[in-house]
Amino acid sequence: MIDPILEVEGLSISIRLRKRWHRAVDGISFQIQRGEILALVGESGCGKSITALSILKLLPRQFLQIDEGRIQLSGRDLLKLTQREMRKLRGKEIAMIFQEPMTSLNPVFTVGDQIREIIQIHSLARSKAAKDMAIEAMHHVGISAPLERFDHYPHQMSGGMRQRIMIAMALACQPSVLIADEPTTALDVTIQAQILELIVRLTNEHKMGVILITHDLGVVFEVAQHVAVMYAGVIMELAEVNSLFKNPLHPYTQALYRSLPKTEVLRLQTIPGRVPPLDAVPPYCRFYDRCPLAHAQCKVGEPQLREVEPGHFVRCIKV
Amino acid sequence: MALLTVQSLTKRFLVRKGFLRKIKGYTHAVENISFSLDSGRTLGLVGESGCGKTTLGRTILRLIEPTSGTIIFDQQNISEMSKSELPNWRKKAQIIFQDPFSSLNPRMRVRDIIGEGIVIHRSCSRSKVLEEVSSLLELVGLESRSMDKFPHQFSGGQRQRIGIARALALNPQMIVADEPVSALDVSVQAQIINLLLDLQQSRKLTYLFISHDLRIVEFVAEQVMVMYLGRVMEMLPAKGLALKACHPYTQALLSAVLTPDEQGNRTKKKRVVLGGEVPNPMSPPSGCVFHPRCPLAAEVCRKEDPVLRNIGQGHSVACHLV
Repeated sequence: MIDPILEVEGLSISIRLRKRWHRAVDGISFQIQRGEILALVGESGCGKSITALSILKLLPRQFLQIDEGRIQLSGRDLLKLTQREMRKLRGKEIAMIFQEPMTSLNPVFTVGDQIREIIQIHSLARSKAAKDMAIEAMHHVGISAPLERFDHYPHQMSGGMRQRIMIAMALACQPSVLIADEPTTALDVTIQAQILELIVRLTNEHKMGVILITHDLGVVFEVAQHVAVMYAGVIMELAEVNSLFKNPLHPYTQALYRSLPKTEVLRLQTIPGRVPPLDAVPPYCRFYDRCPLAHAQCKVGEPQLREVEPGHFVRCIKV
Repeated sequence: MALLTVQSLTKRFLVRKGFLRKIKGYTHAVENISFSLDSGRTLGLVGESGCGKTTLGRTILRLIEPTSGTIIFDQQNISEMSKSELPNWRKKAQIIFQDPFSSLNPRMRVRDIIGEGIVIHRSCSRSKVLEEVSSLLELVGLESRSMDKFPHQFSGGQRQRIGIARALALNPQMIVADEPVSALDVSVQAQIINLLLDLQQSRKLTYLFISHDLRIVEFVAEQVMVMYLGRVMEMLPAKGLALKACHPYTQALLSAVLTPDEQGNRTKKKRVVLGGEVPNPMSPPSGCVFHPRCPLAAEVCRKEDPVLRNIGQGHSVACHLV
C-alpha cells in the first residue's frame, strides 16, 4: 500500500459554549491517497467543517481547540508546527475552497490580483511572471478570455465563475491536498455539474488528495472514491463509495439514503428527532434516540468503529 | 374548472443607469407565460437561478406588478384589482419564502409573526388570535408554548415550519412555495415536504412549487413547468418526467441530477454537461433563447423563436427539433 498523503488520527476538537468546553469532534481518523477524493458527509452541525478547518489550523483559538490527535501531511505532524511554519504551508501544500464564492473573495481587489498574491507570497515568481502564472491558472480552470477577466472584480462575475476563481487560487501553487468545503452548494445544478467535472479532472491531473465536504449524497456518489459519514462529531461509517451505496450498513446512512426523494414512493421517509445538542451528547450510541433499530444493548457504552467487511467500517453493534 | 389561469403574463424590469437615470433597457424576467392550475393540484416550477421563476411566483401574487397579461383566480381578475382590493387577494393566496433565516423578523416573537395577518385581516379578540396561533403551531408540528420564543431560538427546519404556519394563518386556497426546502438538510427536507403534502390533503391547498431541484419537483407536483430566461421551455406531467422530457434543456437539467439508483449503481446514461451560463436577460439571444448552450442547436434555432406547442397528453414543448 502506498503511503497516504494526508493522515488524520484520533482527532478531537472542543468548542466553547457559554464558558464551557464541549467535544464537537470526537476521535476521528481517516486517510487520503494521492489522486483520491474522500467525501465527508453529514448534516449541518456534525463537525465536518471544523474538521477541515483544523487541518489548516484555522480554528479561532478562543472558541475552538484541538484536544488531541495527529494530522500527518507527507510524514510531518501539522499539529506540532508553529503558526509561522503553518503559514508557509497554507495555500502551498494544503489549499481550501470555501462554500460561499460570493463572500470569500475580497471585493476591493481584482480577481487576478488575488490569485497573483498567493503566487507571490509563496515566492514562486516575481510580479510579472506571477501575473502570467495567474492567467495560466485561470485558463486552467476553464475561464474564457483570462487576460480580460484578470482585471475584473468579483462582483462582475457570476457564482460559477467566482467558484472557478476560488479553485484557480487554491490550485495556483499546486498543493498536494485540497479541501473543498461544500464547493457547489450555492450553485445551480448545471453549474454544479461543471464545477464537479473540473474538480475531478484537476484531481487526476495533479494527483492531489481531496477532502470534499458535502451534505449531498448525490455529489458524493458522483465524484468520491471513499466516504466518511459523520454524525454528532464521530464517523459512523467509512467505506469505499460503491460498497457504501450498494450496501449501506449503518442505520443512519440508511436513513439518509431513504430520505432522498424517489418517484415510486408516496411519502418520504424521515429521520425522527434531531441531532443531540453539544452539551448533551449521550455516553452511549449517539444515534440511539433516532435509530429504528435501537435496542437496550445500544445503551451500554459507545460502540466502536469496526471493520465488518474489508475496507468497510461501521460504528454500530447491530451490524 | 381551473382555479388559477395565467394568460400571457409578462414582467419587464426597467433598467436605469447613470446620473440622469436614463432608461438603458429592460430585463425580460417573465415573458409571455400562460398556464392554468386546478384546485388541489401542484404545479412545479423549475429552472436555474435568474430564469424568472421567483418573479413569476411573486407577480402572480401581485407582490410585483405585472407589465402585461392577465391572472384569473376563481373567476376573479387579479391583474386588474386595485390596490385597495389587494388585501382580499392576500387572504386567498400566500407565500412561503426560501430562506427561513432572513424571512422571519428577528425582533418579533413567533406569536406576532404568525398572528400579524390574523390581526390585520380579521377583527377578533387577542385571546382568539393566540388560540389560533397555538393551533397553527400544532398543525405544523411545533409545540404551542414555543409561540413566546424568537426566531433565533429555532433550527432551520423549525423556522421553515413557522413560515408555513404564517402562510396558513389566513386559511388561503393557494400557496406559492418559493424553494421551501433548498436551504435545509436532506433529512429535514423530507420532513418539510411531507408536512406540505399532508397540509395539501387536509386543507385542499393548491401549490405553485418553485424549486431548482428536479428530484423534489417530480416528487411533489402533478405538472412541471421548465423555465429558462423567463420563458417556458417545456410543460409536462411530473410522473415519468425523466422518460418523457424531450426539450434539450430539460434533459440537461435531468442529467445534472445526481442520484444513485435503487441498487446503488452509477447511472449508465451519458451525462450532458451544459457549457456556459444563463445569458444576461437584458439582451436575450436571438431565436431560441437556449441556443447558445444547446448541444443540438441548428441554423433555425438561431433565427426563429420556437413557440410552445402541444404534443399531446398535457405535454408541450418550445423547441424546433422535437
